[in-house]
Amino acid sequence: MSDTVLDKPVKIQKTRKRRVDPEIGVSLSWKTLKMQKQLIFMSVPIAIYLIIFNYAPIWGWVMAFQNYRPALPFGKQEWVGLQQFKFLFEDDTFLMVLRNTIAMSFINLVLGTTTAIGLALLLNEIKIKFFKRIVQSISYLPHFLSWVIAAGIVATSLSIDDGIVNIILMKLHFIKEPIMWLSEGKYFWGIIGASNVWKEVGWGTIIYLAAITSIDPSLYEAASIDGAKRLQKMRYVTLPGIKATFVILLIMNIGHILDAGFELQYLLGNGLTVDWSQTIDIFVVKYGISMGNYSLATAAGIFKTIVSVILVFIANYIAKRLGEERLV
Amino acid sequence: MKSVTKSSGRIEPIVFHTINTIFMLFVVAITLYPFLHTLAVSLNDGSDTLAGGIYFWPRAWTMENYRAVFITGTIYHAAFISVARTVISTVLGVFLTTMLAYTMAQQQYIFRKKIGMLFILTMYFNAGLIPNYFLIKELGLLHSFMVYILPSMVSAFNLIIMRTYIRSLPGSLTESAKIDGAGEFRIFWKIIFPLCTPVLATVALFIAVGAWNSWFDTFLYASSDIKLSTLQYEMMKLLGSTMSTNNDPSSLAGNQHNQIQALVTPASIRAAITIVTAVPILFVYPFLQKYFVVGLNLGSVKE
Repeated sequence: MSDTVLDKPVKIQKTRKRRVDPEIGVSLSWKTLKMQKQLIFMSVPIAIYLIIFNYAPIWGWVMAFQNYRPALPFGKQEWVGLQQFKFLFEDDTFLMVLRNTIAMSFINLVLGTTTAIGLALLLNEIKIKFFKRIVQSISYLPHFLSWVIAAGIVATSLSIDDGIVNIILMKLHFIKEPIMWLSEGKYFWGIIGASNVWKEVGWGTIIYLAAITSIDPSLYEAASIDGAKRLQKMRYVTLPGIKATFVILLIMNIGHILDAGFELQYLLGNGLTVDWSQTIDIFVVKYGISMGNYSLATAAGIFKTIVSVILVFIANYIAKRLGEERLV
Repeated sequence: MKSVTKSSGRIEPIVFHTINTIFMLFVVAITLYPFLHTLAVSLNDGSDTLAGGIYFWPRAWTMENYRAVFITGTIYHAAFISVARTVISTVLGVFLTTMLAYTMAQQQYIFRKKIGMLFILTMYFNAGLIPNYFLIKELGLLHSFMVYILPSMVSAFNLIIMRTYIRSLPGSLTESAKIDGAGEFRIFWKIIFPLCTPVLATVALFIAVGAWNSWFDTFLYASSDIKLSTLQYEMMKLLGSTMSTNNDPSSLAGNQHNQIQALVTPASIRAAITIVTAVPILFVYPFLQKYFVVGLNLGSVKE
């Protein structure tokens, strides 16, 4: 560095002005662009595609600040400022929808994570490889089926006249008469939570099982020598061992807290349970597509996106402060 | 003293393993029962099913439900659309994802971080349903088959999986090709792509399952066009119609009366179409199984 400064001071100043990636020292210049033109040809068109399909629609956000009417040209639209957002937060339906979304999301997150970790811990204890593989393969099978099929299965299982859930509960004498599960709002969140566990628990265990397998076996040996029992080993070796995986998945999921789901709620919900089943996404479809209130639906969408991004950054920041794995 | 600890040390694992094994069998039963039940209903006479008591074995065997599903011409066309969109999406998606991932794995590539960031952001950042709907409309994709292909060609999640895998390949492979004068695309297509088989299978499975299972885009962008209907969408319409009759006791009674004469009921048709829709996935699943575990774990490996 020092002798180049002595030799050609002017040139160094020039390169300093350029933006140099400190790790690899490639600067953005015509020479690099030319050198990397093949890489550019292979990736920039896809990036442009991404910009068109994912970022260009952001332009549509202006609708949220207008009283948008499809028939009028852009210049003639009526601007209303934040009125749509104000309306949204004074609207009882939207507040209810927000409550439902957060509640179902939270239920899904807690139930989904705990059952996945629990099943991973128990699967890990199975020593017969063949049996373990069979259980695993079957447990993540439902993940690959569509929500339409899952919703059909849930509806069948809960049906009043021949649903297996009612039959079993009646045979065990927990209930005297079959319950109309899908007709009562108070059961809805629970049904969504249980359905999610049924469909996704096996899938959720894959990552945790991998994390458990990568724990250093000598830790278990050391724990055994110290006289640790099975449960103690789980608590003091396995759980700390999968903490990093848990944290990173938590961060990723926190960003999706307003994505309680759309399909299952839409397919299983009905007029009787609407106060419990409607989520933000259903609200957007209903107001936007069915009723043509584009501005209000866009405002609800913007709210959702902004909350997601803020939540991910907060979770990431907290993880960083706690010295844990982080996403960004 | 010694023998006591020894025997308790032996009994405890036996009790644990027995309970654990029973629990695992319970998990298996809960997961599989709904499929077996649906299969049984689909093979059972519709009016007989209404009497109840079908668990996982058909009582009055019949192929009538399947015949009723296939007798309507729409199902063939819907199946064709489903297969076409799945195949095209998968081939195109796998190729583009791998090519992009290859460039993202090149440390010295100047746009690596910028493009990577652009993709990662899409995992949380979305303009929302209504602006997307307007984009599709502006691009003239409403009521067009391309609406199934174009909007979802490359996803951030698959990109991360591919990039992690490509980065794990030894750099010496590409270096010698570079010295011999091979271009980037040639290296990608001739060297990297063939080496990616396990992760290609994973990403292909993810894309294919997503394409096969989706109904919402049909609902949103092509619902009025029967020519673009997919199997899942037909299934969804059927589900909607049976759900609404379930909730209205008076119409249920009327319906039952009509359907008994017709020999097939909405429930038995639904069971048959569920099986038809699920079979392709159940069929490819065992072959790709060993790959996606690898792939998913690659995806969880952070940069």
